[in-house]
Amino acid sequence: MSDITKQALSELVENIKSKKLSSSEVTKAFVERSEKSKELNAYITEDYANALNKAKKFDEKPNLDLKLPGIPMAVKDLFCTRDLRTTAGSKILNNFVPTYESTVTQNIWNEGAILMGKLNCDEFAMGSSNETSFFGNVQNPIDKNLVPGGSSGGSSSAVAAQLTPITIGTDTGGSIRQPASFTGTVGLKPTYGSCSRYGIVAFASSLDQAGPMAQNVKDCALLQEVISTYDEKDSTSIDFKRNKYSKELTKDIKGKKIGIPKEYRVDGMPKEIEDLWTKGIEYAKDCGAEIIDISLPHTNYALPTYYIVAPAEASSNLARYDGVKYGFRAEGENLIDMYEKTRSEGFGAEVQRRIMIGTYVLSSGYYDAYYLKAQKVRKLIKNDFDDAYKKVDAILTPSTPSSAFKIGEKTNDPVSMYLNDIFTVPVNLAGLPGISIPAGHDAKGYPLGLQIIGKAFDEQNILNIAYAMEEKIDFKNNITDWWIK
Amino acid sequence: MSNNKSEYLINRHDNQYEVVIGLEVHAQVTSESKLFSTSATKFGAEPNTQVSLVDAAFPGMLPVINEYCVKQAIKTGIGLKAKINKRSVFDRKNYFYADLPQGYQISQFKDPIVGEGKVILDMPDGQKEVGIERLHLEQDAGKSIHDLDPKNTFVDLNRSGVALMEIVSKPDLRSPDEVNAYIKKLRSIMRYLGTCDGNMQEGSLRADVNVSVRKKGSKDFGTRCEIKNVNSIKFMQMAIEYEANRQVDLIEDGQTIDQETRLFDTKKNETRSMRSKEDAHDYRYFPDPDLLPLEVSDDFIEKLKSEIPELPDEKKKRFIEKFKLSPYEANILVSDIETSNYFENVIKKSDVKLATNWIIGELFAALNEKNLEITESPISAGNLSKLINLIKDGTISGKIAKTVFEQMMEGDKDPTKIVEEKGLKQESDPKALEALIDKVIDDNRDKATEYKSGKVKLFGFFVGQVMKVSGGKANPQLVNEILKKKL
Repeated sequence: MSDITKQALSELVENIKSKKLSSSEVTKAFVERSEKSKELNAYITEDYANALNKAKKFDEKPNLDLKLPGIPMAVKDLFCTRDLRTTAGSKILNNFVPTYESTVTQNIWNEGAILMGKLNCDEFAMGSSNETSFFGNVQNPIDKNLVPGGSSGGSSSAVAAQLTPITIGTDTGGSIRQPASFTGTVGLKPTYGSCSRYGIVAFASSLDQAGPMAQNVKDCALLQEVISTYDEKDSTSIDFKRNKYSKELTKDIKGKKIGIPKEYRVDGMPKEIEDLWTKGIEYAKDCGAEIIDISLPHTNYALPTYYIVAPAEASSNLARYDGVKYGFRAEGENLIDMYEKTRSEGFGAEVQRRIMIGTYVLSSGYYDAYYLKAQKVRKLIKNDFDDAYKKVDAILTPSTPSSAFKIGEKTNDPVSMYLNDIFTVPVNLAGLPGISIPAGHDAKGYPLGLQIIGKAFDEQNILNIAYAMEEKIDFKNNITDWWIK
Repeated sequence: MSNNKSEYLINRHDNQYEVVIGLEVHAQVTSESKLFSTSATKFGAEPNTQVSLVDAAFPGMLPVINEYCVKQAIKTGIGLKAKINKRSVFDRKNYFYADLPQGYQISQFKDPIVGEGKVILDMPDGQKEVGIERLHLEQDAGKSIHDLDPKNTFVDLNRSGVALMEIVSKPDLRSPDEVNAYIKKLRSIMRYLGTCDGNMQEGSLRADVNVSVRKKGSKDFGTRCEIKNVNSIKFMQMAIEYEANRQVDLIEDGQTIDQETRLFDTKKNETRSMRSKEDAHDYRYFPDPDLLPLEVSDDFIEKLKSEIPELPDEKKKRFIEKFKLSPYEANILVSDIETSNYFENVIKKSDVKLATNWIIGELFAALNEKNLEITESPISAGNLSKLINLIKDGTISGKIAKTVFEQMMEGDKDPTKIVEEKGLKQESDPKALEALIDKVIDDNRDKATEYKSGKVKLFGFFVGQVMKVSGGKANPQLVNEILKKKL
């Protein structure tokens, strides 16, 4: 079968289970395509030889009862993987090899999947274009010199380019949904507390969530089912009843109430985004959903709130990268000098900017005006959603205010870069689940996404809505393999 | 308290200064594992052998609260008669140091687990109440070792993440003696509770000492200085004395006191400036987003209350009421749990009055001489109890008992056996004594005649002779009675 990599996860699982394909064949196909796709720069660390070995071992004694039997998979380089370098896209962890495995990746390997390598991302997940990675830009397979979004840019690029059948990313302010939207793929940010943060390099602890990225909603549901577990090792993990998301997936969303928040019609929103949203509303209606206008009055404050809370937590979370215990160290005259040199050379500009913002907003005399106020606003934003969910079952918005932009286009304008997260950030602040599905193309032919936001722990509902709408939208990604010579 | 003889004042020229002291005690929680990880906490282990990935702050590692340490902190709060906060919050205290792997210490800043409480001190002039401001849980840092290599610093992370209770007193202490009494009382309460072993040599109990001075009678507090990390009561007292005098000298000299952090140099017996208020760290405290607020239920607290043993104040009260001990005796016997346990074991089967005297007198002196703790006493409570019974029932005299006691100190021997083996049993048979006395009178006819003619002082001579002949074993009371009749 020459078109192995064109198959979606569910097909691959089916073919392996029915022994039409072996894990080795599948793994070899994805490895070969990955090797031909170096120009995308989706990988930071490749582990192909080990992957092929593991596939061979799987085939010798295949356990076909698993959910991901012998499925090869590359993951974002923010997940610690035992014995395989984990960099978080940073020079400061350039040489770091964990002796432990993140809970989310362990859950995946427990279901039979095989690690192919680690995918590029913005440094410490701080970015919306994958341009802050120490390991360089990632190309969007949609078009040359187009960003794949960020921070899970290697992941979105790899799934869209079919270098991996599925993957996982992390989403702190939109880092799964925005890149999914930019690459015509599906990305789910689960409810905060759904997936364990144990073993994931921390960016902003109260916002970080791991989530699945896939070519379609069904694959996304299956992966979510695998990665979401209660974990005692993460004190913020929540012990709630988790659905069998893929098994319970249904296109029957008749009578579901879907809210349209008026505050998301932001000033200067491109007409094609407006049109996409209108189209989305029609699709939802076609599926039998009821559309209700709602208000999320504090939406305007979400972005500034996020850019206080996230850097504050990050400034503290990244203090451990000090050159003392592991990772990169620059020699210094004394301890302070070593700290300064290590962190100046080890962290990139965006990370340094956020550490400084975070340090500032937590400083004595500024704490109340910034951090404390941001926490209060965060509560108001959450209350907005709680109020809305008294009337509706889910909320429909665009995923991003624009389609993918060119590499370098926004690097000198951090604020315009931050504005990319305007529709995704409120969801993280409120701890809710949100999914981005591809819904159309702009004039340049670049994909655009719609976001469905759910109630806490109601992943099943937004997956169902996404599943139903996906069929109506019938989106086709236009991948030309331009990077393969 | 102004007329107290023991009032501690510093006199300069015509001015009298009062010293105001508050303590921040860092008490290591007695626990097998650390506050947020499962690593062991054994003292004296090889460097870096009790360090988990969490303690060393590896990427993606997360803290998980140790429930046992929470229980220990609440128990301590109950022992301090303090308010237990059902909701408390862990904060991050951010600063860089080589032995602080996370780059922050997890502590409790705004919402500690324990609120206001009190400790009662028994001072020579009577009781004194010292207010407790709060108790919070926090992680210890690792240890930087600067003297192993001329150029490099070594870091031992065994202590990193060990649970500490920071117990903050109100500025209620007024003298080095009160500080001594306060630390000892705090230590005693925690040892009763089993929440901190109070071992200052091993660093299980350290304190930051806040000192200020003010003119006697003033209600306002002076500017305080904090003396960091003093690890013995003696050094605390010396540091306070030095620091209070330094501050008084400054005031008398017309200078002002800078609020600052100081270090106590134990070799030179002086405090030195470490950093001024301006140089103070901005710790950027904020709630640790890796941990949810700590919530405990009423049931949880009630259950812990039911596990609290009788504490020194209550025990003292009981000893005085039930056993008719003097407050002085009771204080000594309850000062630490081991002594009070020993005492209670002895009196299970023997006379309280005698037991009290023997423990406070002979036993303490003997232990002191050998530099032993009560737990290391060569004489078990059971055997001391037997010795006391031998005295009480007249088997041996008090004098012989001291000889037996000395032998018991050489190794825990049964006093009954010593008495039997060495034939030390008191002679109380009237017939045997009569024979003995008859012989003594017979041998000293002349003296007997003198006595009868009125030289009554000679009675003592006869008693002495009888005791001598009996080898000290004659029952002195019976000897008296019989001698009186016979002479």
